[in-house]
Amino acid sequence: MQLLTQRKIVNGLAISLSLAAMAFGLMWLIWILFTVLGIGASALSASLFTEMTPPPGGQGGLANAIAGSAMMVTLATLIGTPVGVLTGVFLAEYGSRSLMAEATRFINDLLLSAPSIVVGLFVYGLYVAKQGSFSGWAGVIALALIVVPVVVRTTENMLTLVPNTLREAAFALGAPRWKVIMMVTLRSARAGVITGVLLAVARIAGETAPLLFTALSNQFWSLDLDKPMANLPVTIFKFAMSPFPDWQRLAWAGVFLITLSVLAINIVARTLLTKQPEH
Amino acid sequence: MTTPQDTQLKAQIQVKNFNFYYGKFHAIKNVHLDIFDRRVTAFIGPSGCGKSTLLRALNRMYELYPNQRAEGQILLDGRNILDREADLNLLRARVGMVFQKPNPFPKSIYENVAYGPRIHGLAKAKADMDAIVEQSLQKAGLWNEVKDRLQESGTGLSGGQQQRLCIARAVAVSPEVILMDEPCSALDPIATAKVEELIHELRANFTIVIVTHSMQQAARVSQRTAMFHLGNLVEENDTDKMFTNPDDQRTQDYIMGRFG
Amino acid sequence: MAPSHIVSAYDEELKYLSRRISEMGGTAEQMVADSVRALVTTDAALAQKVISEDITLDNAERQINEKAIVTIAKRQPMAADLREIMGAIRIAAELERVGDLGKNTAKRVIAVQSSGMPRTLARGLEHLAELALMQLKEVLDVYATRSVDKAKAIRERDDEIDAIYTSLFRELLTYMMEDPRNITPCTHLLFCAKNIERIGDHATNIAETIYYMATGSQPEGERPKDDTSTSVVAADLSEASE
Repeated sequence: MQLLTQRKIVNGLAISLSLAAMAFGLMWLIWILFTVLGIGASALSASLFTEMTPPPGGQGGLANAIAGSAMMVTLATLIGTPVGVLTGVFLAEYGSRSLMAEATRFINDLLLSAPSIVVGLFVYGLYVAKQGSFSGWAGVIALALIVVPVVVRTTENMLTLVPNTLREAAFALGAPRWKVIMMVTLRSARAGVITGVLLAVARIAGETAPLLFTALSNQFWSLDLDKPMANLPVTIFKFAMSPFPDWQRLAWAGVFLITLSVLAINIVARTLLTKQPEH
Repeated sequence: MTTPQDTQLKAQIQVKNFNFYYGKFHAIKNVHLDIFDRRVTAFIGPSGCGKSTLLRALNRMYELYPNQRAEGQILLDGRNILDREADLNLLRARVGMVFQKPNPFPKSIYENVAYGPRIHGLAKAKADMDAIVEQSLQKAGLWNEVKDRLQESGTGLSGGQQQRLCIARAVAVSPEVILMDEPCSALDPIATAKVEELIHELRANFTIVIVTHSMQQAARVSQRTAMFHLGNLVEENDTDKMFTNPDDQRTQDYIMGRFG
Repeated sequence: MAPSHIVSAYDEELKYLSRRISEMGGTAEQMVADSVRALVTTDAALAQKVISEDITLDNAERQINEKAIVTIAKRQPMAADLREIMGAIRIAAELERVGDLGKNTAKRVIAVQSSGMPRTLARGLEHLAELALMQLKEVLDVYATRSVDKAKAIRERDDEIDAIYTSLFRELLTYMMEDPRNITPCTHLLFCAKNIERIGDHATNIAETIYYMATGSQPEGERPKDDTSTSVVAADLSEASE
């Protein structure tokens, strides 16, 4: 009996400690969220989406920043995803043990953990300096360079999760390798791959540092990718650091928008991953 | 190798001087074997004897994995399938395979069966494909059970039904040979009996090679049996003789459960 | 010698069958020897002993059958094991018949008692019984050793018994023709002689079964048969007695 009560005590202790740690961590998160939601929600209005970023002291919205972010994020995803998925397919299906594959994985992991400011500086040196001006395209390139490693990693992981028996079944029917990958392996891993893409999107939605050196910002409405482009993160940066209360309010609104979209994307990604695979 | 009692048999697959290596390990040693047309041949032997390895060499499945190497000849209707120039995908359409654990694709029942014909362009119009799917499911003894739910996922069927679906899938490309790697080991006795009955029916149109751990199953379904041990072909004989009075003492010891 | 079964209980079951057969064989041998001695010495008490012994053999056969069937269901025996078990079933049946024949002989002791047994006849019967018993003993040995050659030899020797039986047959007929009072006892003796000849046949059956158990095939050629009693007619006998 003594052993049993001893175990019960230890068990209870461990559970309490875990719960306490979880509560501690969650507390900060919830505090942040509530703060953002609270202050940001109060700054919400329709004008956010209709009016441009105002000069200091003026009234306005975040329309150009929102449009610019949306555009750059979409383009970066469209460029980065195919590259990432195909690389992931190569790593998982074609040369998985070869020297090239190992090297690729290594470099990918480096890129994955590279600080995004380094990526920004790189694009600055290679593209912006040569062009002579900041531009939307530079921003797109920088963001794409952040998307690719994330997608490569998740695609490869999801593909290796597909059991070999499924591949063998497809091969045994006489399907060529690329058909097996397209119609069976990728299909099975589809949910996971899309989740990876969505997570990459969530990541680049909030990246500030690379955009500082590439797209910079733009006070006016502009959808011209060859010119500096307005975007939410840099705008928030600028407005939050300013002494003007209007600008600060708009900054909070921007933070709120980003947080909400990232939250929404994560929820979609999660439901996708847990949904049953369909035919 | 002893000649079969039925001397009109044609050897559809001839294995000659066949050796197989996993890296440095010499897994199959100089095997000569004939697989006869439209008969069921069973491979038996203790674990690690090479029977599954040989089976998987018959449709060159080992090429999916590095470090596995085959030497010698395997002639399918006279042509060596181990040739570099041989069309691998065509080979696998002629020599189909059913695996130990049922592995239907995560697609609908219809799509599972249609996958093979689609890849090889066997059906131009939807009506043709429908016909192929129905015939294959009929041949696999599954049609009546699934004809009203062809669009449901293949993975939602019971184990025995899934295995029969895999058989239908293999049959859909009209192969000449069907390889079965312990097809019943994951199934309950009733599902096993249904698959054995199926093998009996399929025999009329297909050559079947089955690897099995169950002596009784090999005795029930096959006409020729080959016994392997440590990579060597110990004995190959008519099934009835093999299980009542085999020629080799090692075979006798194995089938009586007297292996030391 | 083949290695033993991986599942040792299987070996135990086969050994059980073997042992019971050997025991049955010993009992059957004893019964036959006793029945013949009881006949020749007209010992009613011995005859009674033999009669009551028969139930042992009936029980033994039943037990062997039951055990064999259970073993088949459980172990799904193959090749030599299957032949072993089938052989045990058949040999048990043969030995049970041998016991019945001994009992039948013992039962006739009383009927023969009243008229006594002529010396020559007694000698003839004893000689016949000796041969039959020797066959039985040999075959039970061969069951233990599984010697294929010895099994074949037993099979060959059956014609000796048949020949002696045929001559006994003629002798008994002659006695019957000489004196009608001899008919009843001699008829009984005829049946006894036939019983003993049948015992020899059963021994040969067992030998053939053992041959099959050991090799998986039947011995070649016809079994030698020298029992021409089926074609004996009165004309032959009157010739002989003259």
